[in-house]
Amino acid sequence: MLLVVEQFLNGLQFGLLLFLLAAGLTLVFGIMDLVNLAHGSLYMMGAYFAATFAAWTGSFLLGALLALGATLVLGIVLEMSALRHLYGRDHLDHVLATFGLILFFNEAVRLIWGPAGLALPLPVWLTVPVPILPGIHYPAYRLAIIAVALLVALLLYLGVMRTRIGMLIRAGASNREMIGALGINIKLLYTLVFGLGAALAGLAGLMQAPILTVQIGMGENILILAFVIIVIGGIGSIRGAFLAAIFVGMIDTLGRAFLPNLLRQVLSGAAASTAAPALSSMLIYLLMAIVLVVRPEGLFPANRR
Amino acid sequence: MKAFTVSKAVTAVMLAGLVLLPLYSHLSGNIFILTLFTRIVILALAAASLNLIMGFGGMMSFGHAAYLGIGGYAVGMLAQEGIGSGFIQFPVALAASALYALVIGALSLRTRGVYFIMITLAFAQMAYYVASGLARYGGDDGLTVYKRSDFSGLINLSNRTQFYYLCLACLFGVIFLIWRIVNSRFGLVVQGLRSNEQRMQAIGFPAKRYQLVCFVISGTMCGLAGALLANNTDFVSPAVMYWTRSGDLMVMVILGGMGTLFGPIMGAVVFLLLEEFLSQITEYWALIMGPLLLLIVLFGRGGIMGMLGRVGRG
Repeated sequence: MLLVVEQFLNGLQFGLLLFLLAAGLTLVFGIMDLVNLAHGSLYMMGAYFAATFAAWTGSFLLGALLALGATLVLGIVLEMSALRHLYGRDHLDHVLATFGLILFFNEAVRLIWGPAGLALPLPVWLTVPVPILPGIHYPAYRLAIIAVALLVALLLYLGVMRTRIGMLIRAGASNREMIGALGINIKLLYTLVFGLGAALAGLAGLMQAPILTVQIGMGENILILAFVIIVIGGIGSIRGAFLAAIFVGMIDTLGRAFLPNLLRQVLSGAAASTAAPALSSMLIYLLMAIVLVVRPEGLFPANRR
Repeated sequence: MKAFTVSKAVTAVMLAGLVLLPLYSHLSGNIFILTLFTRIVILALAAASLNLIMGFGGMMSFGHAAYLGIGGYAVGMLAQEGIGSGFIQFPVALAASALYALVIGALSLRTRGVYFIMITLAFAQMAYYVASGLARYGGDDGLTVYKRSDFSGLINLSNRTQFYYLCLACLFGVIFLIWRIVNSRFGLVVQGLRSNEQRMQAIGFPAKRYQLVCFVISGTMCGLAGALLANNTDFVSPAVMYWTRSGDLMVMVILGGMGTLFGPIMGAVVFLLLEEFLSQITEYWALIMGPLLLLIVLFGRGGIMGMLGRVGRG
């Protein structure tokens, strides 16, 4: 029981984190039609910034805030200097150009911070276990991640559905030329959306940093998960990204936790212990394959034309 | 159509250089260059196979490195189990790659555009994780191939020069095959599907079936490259299937010129030599390579072949 609740919360936490990453990716794709492989690099930069600023200021929260600002600025600079010129080009061009950016970011990090990973220590008040149910304790920090991510998801939803900027973003997603013709500064809007996506990726990175080590290439594996999520959810759909992210987070976490035991009941011990790790990392890809066979456009396609 | 163009001349010089390379290596005593170029020729073969679906077929596969791993693991696993004959290892490597391509292709081709790019990427990652989980065959650490494929006296793969010429022969064979495919009725249909799938379907061609066959041919060719690569490095590990390797292959194709016969070879030669050259100047070679890629995408339309074509036209 304890284990089930704990793993369930872990799955939720991981899923929400993935959502932060996938939301930026799907926004940028839905609105600018840009495939950004370097999104994972922004996630990595968020974590590195947070570790550095937290060490400078001596405060975790201050470091996190500064890191958030820094990724936002980095995203805006990146958009204005390089990615802006890729809008309207072939998707293949996007893939290649942003692949080049990944090489650049990984190497720049190695040059600045060195090849060894960094650690981002948590303040004491976030490390204590909190009782959530009678007799069940859960780390405060993971609860904080769940709370922050849910809050951001809510703000994002309200921002996109209820504000003027959000209205422009949705309009831009459904018809680019038209909103330009109506006198909206598209360039500025695009820069803003990209910056927002970068900040979300940075937030995911800096929140994940205390749980894992901050290291080069940390953004790449999780980027592929984010891609799987937006493919499952339907590219360009924030709602789809949210549901798919929770789904993927749960399946991945629960699969890793319980699949070995389940397999052991069917197979012999040795066979189960070799098959389980491979099978549990394959689970989400199998899920994606099934979704694509049934609905090639994803579960919640954003705009049907 | 002119008989002589700059791109043709450069291609001819490059091919002649590849054929004569062992002679140079022998005369100068530079063994390293032969090892380097064996790798280049093998990856050029992989890039050429990717070009068949990407350049001619319009299918942007971002998971092509999976076949390098499958071909390599077929050789490595059979060698581990005591089956050293190349006459068994190579056909198994090709068959395994073809089977994987058939399954992946049948699923992936239901999607198009950016979905296709991502689903092929995700499947390759899946293959990567499966290989990492193969505890019996080294798992994450990879598998050492202690003995190269044995072709019972026909050809000795442990001899550098013979192995180089085997790889080169495979490369030329595959290029010849691609040339025949592209100019066949089948190839014309596949290229027609790249330009306008709806129209081709309206004429009555079963689009997906043609694309799937093309996808399987390409995967099988790349599996051959994988089997050669495992023999070249005497080692195979999940890292050869990592998604950045697929990215490298894509870069080679684009750099050389997508949809041209010899572009991928050119791309592989330039990319890998550049990588070698930059890594000798500085440890941080990717710091230069990354932005260089960005510039090539932004300004170098049509890759090297495209640029040479423009030079030729003056």
